Amino acid sequence: MNRFNLRAVGLSLLAPAIAIVLSIIVTTLVIAAVGSSPGEFWSTMFEMPKPRLRVDILNQTVMIYIAAIAAAIGFRMGLFNIGLEGQYTLASFAAATFAGAAYLSGFANVAASVLVALVVGGAWAGIAGILRTTRGVSEVIATIMLNSIAITLVGYFLNNYGVKEGNSVHTKNLDPGSTVGGFSPFEDRDGEIWALGLIAVLVGVGFWVLLNKTRFGFDLRASGQSESAALASGINPKRMILISMVLSGAVAGLIWMPALFGGARNYGTSFQAGLGFLGIAVALLGRNRPLGMLFGALLFAFLSVKSNDLTFGTDVSPSIVQITQGVAVLAVVVTYEVVRRWRTRLEQRAVSRELAGPTEVTA
Amino acid sequence: MSTATVQKRGIVERVSKSWLYIGLIGIGLVSFVRIITDTNDLTAAGTIRAAIIATCPILAAALGGLWAERAGVVNIGLEGQMILGTWGAAFFTYHYGPWVGILGAALLGLIGGLLHAIATISFGVDHIVSGVAINLIGAGVATYLAEAIFSDYEGGGPRQLNGLEAPAQITIPGVSDLAKDIADQHWFFVSDVAAFIQAMTTNISTLSLLIFALVVVSAVVLWRTSFGLRLRSCGENPQAAETLGVNVYRYKYIAVLISGALAGIGGGFLALVASSGFSTGQTGGRGYIGLAAMIFGNWRPGGLLAGALTFGYTDSLRLRDTQSVHSLLLVVAIGLLAFAAWRAYRRQVRGAVTVAVVGVAVMAWFLLTDAVPREFTVMTPYVTTLFVLALGAQRLRMPAADGAQYRRGSAG
Repeated sequence: MNRFNLRAVGLSLLAPAIAIVLSIIVTTLVIAAVGSSPGEFWSTMFEMPKPRLRVDILNQTVMIYIAAIAAAIGFRMGLFNIGLEGQYTLASFAAATFAGAAYLSGFANVAASVLVALVVGGAWAGIAGILRTTRGVSEVIATIMLNSIAITLVGYFLNNYGVKEGNSVHTKNLDPGSTVGGFSPFEDRDGEIWALGLIAVLVGVGFWVLLNKTRFGFDLRASGQSESAALASGINPKRMILISMVLSGAVAGLIWMPALFGGARNYGTSFQAGLGFLGIAVALLGRNRPLGMLFGALLFAFLSVKSNDLTFGTDVSPSIVQITQGVAVLAVVVTYEVVRRWRTRLEQRAVSRELAGPTEVTA
Repeated sequence: MSTATVQKRGIVERVSKSWLYIGLIGIGLVSFVRIITDTNDLTAAGTIRAAIIATCPILAAALGGLWAERAGVVNIGLEGQMILGTWGAAFFTYHYGPWVGILGAALLGLIGGLLHAIATISFGVDHIVSGVAINLIGAGVATYLAEAIFSDYEGGGPRQLNGLEAPAQITIPGVSDLAKDIADQHWFFVSDVAAFIQAMTTNISTLSLLIFALVVVSAVVLWRTSFGLRLRSCGENPQAAETLGVNVYRYKYIAVLISGALAGIGGGFLALVASSGFSTGQTGGRGYIGLAAMIFGNWRPGGLLAGALTFGYTDSLRLRDTQSVHSLLLVVAIGLLAFAAWRAYRRQVRGAVTVAVVGVAVMAWFLLTDAVPREFTVMTPYVTTLFVLALGAQRLRMPAADGAQYRRGSAG
């Protein structure tokens, strides 16, 4: 039994390992194909990052990780919330506007704004949930549409009610009292690790507890695996769909909060788009497991941040990293599928051996 | 056998007839609003021309979606394949001229399709997951290759390549002039149709005509040939198809490859016709809109053409003056109220009330304001899609085994 578990662990590590090797090969081939030097690329990428970049990597990991958890909540339920992008854009804008208006002061302002982000993200995802449960509209199409609507809406509000400064528009700046500091592990000029990054820890632990230690988590996983079986055992799948959609959107609302209160201070040009899609990719990479996603988020953050070094050191353009990330995702889902089939075959063989064994003895 | 074909033909005729009626009523309505609000721009040949240009990429992507989904594969990767197409069109046009460029766009899209086919058909990966990955890869590859290659080209930079030769334009002299004369009279209905003919016969890109022709070709191939029947059977019931000797894998592969190539052509249109050259990010989610147009059109060629035209028309409006967009609200309001009346006549009370409420709201918006913010017109295709899906999702019928996993030998 123990040995079997060991093998199961080995098999589940096999897939990401193959995926990483494959994405390294593909990236190398692409770089070589346009006549640049892959060796130079990899040596630049795997150099120890400078302290400033190490701080950046940690901060990015935090945001990507929250995004991955948001995606994973949907995945576990068999829902594809491709709308993280729209949910966190709208939620970040709403929270930044609320925080900038300074109805409250100090920590109360921060807490209330984070609550605003939760509610707005959840509500926006809830539209897709309601359409799915009452009208049978696929959440994939609905959330794609809601993404575009959210981004256009934010653009509209920003242009009409934002603070104009030169060519850029942004929401009102936060009160200095409402920013949340961080830790500077290195010298001051290397930047801070955002204190609100702790949200990621809370979300990660919360996700694990919710899923594995609560009745709700059991219901969620059960309905994700078979809606009809869940229905038969007294779970209302429609309610579960709506709740997990809202929950996923609410967590998505948190994605950019550490950055807002850590360094950005307003919603504007410093807003980082695309984290939603990265989160989906990392959730796939990490197989929706809290630790797996942490590893994935760290890897993606490392690649993204470190790619900035390429512009100085090499003639390889930093966008190559997007290819590496995309290939890693595709490779990991393919290898998971292959490994899963292989494992099923192994188990089938083991079972048939066990069944065949005694009959031979009696015969 | 013979009664079956007669019956089938009857259905086809009825369906195309109802599309014809809807089209005629639509033109009449727009024409009516044009006259009472005095916004001739609403159906000016220039407007229609812009609408056709905005329609073509969406149409090509929607067709791509149709091919894949009819064979049972959901292709969310259309966006990525389109992006690959923009790069392919730019690269091959730069070296070999526009027609090779279009082939290049199709080729790059096809490579994206191949990737999707391998992942979903051979390895049984979830279709949407694979599509998302392909969108990431497509965007990455196009950006990287553009930065690595186009920077050294004449008219190029890390993010664009300008000065590409466009495919030829066609004008049919007699028809074009006659249509222009009639359109300039601003008569009810007749002039609107004439303006459409004018736009279709004056300086129209051959690539636009090609894409429209591809809709007809797709419809004929998918619904009128045994090849198409087999292909569609893979989307409806692959197990049954397999027991009848259809090589399901092969048909699915062919369908997804064609799907990618069509999306690539759509991308090529963006780079060669719709704008003056390649730039990164120029697809702007049109692959997704194409997918929405196809769903809007109930997985049928006529329907997706209507969907693509609707989205293309609203998409082109953001370039026009806000006055005509405002008049369009009246069109929508009257349309919704008429739809509500029809539903009430059919005794679908709840639906009728919902539609009527929205119709009244839009009417109020028209009466109480003078202009529509530009951002709102950008949103129109997305809101329309949600609305149509919310109202009509129960009446839409996608291929029965669409998006389902299929393994060779799983029948019986």
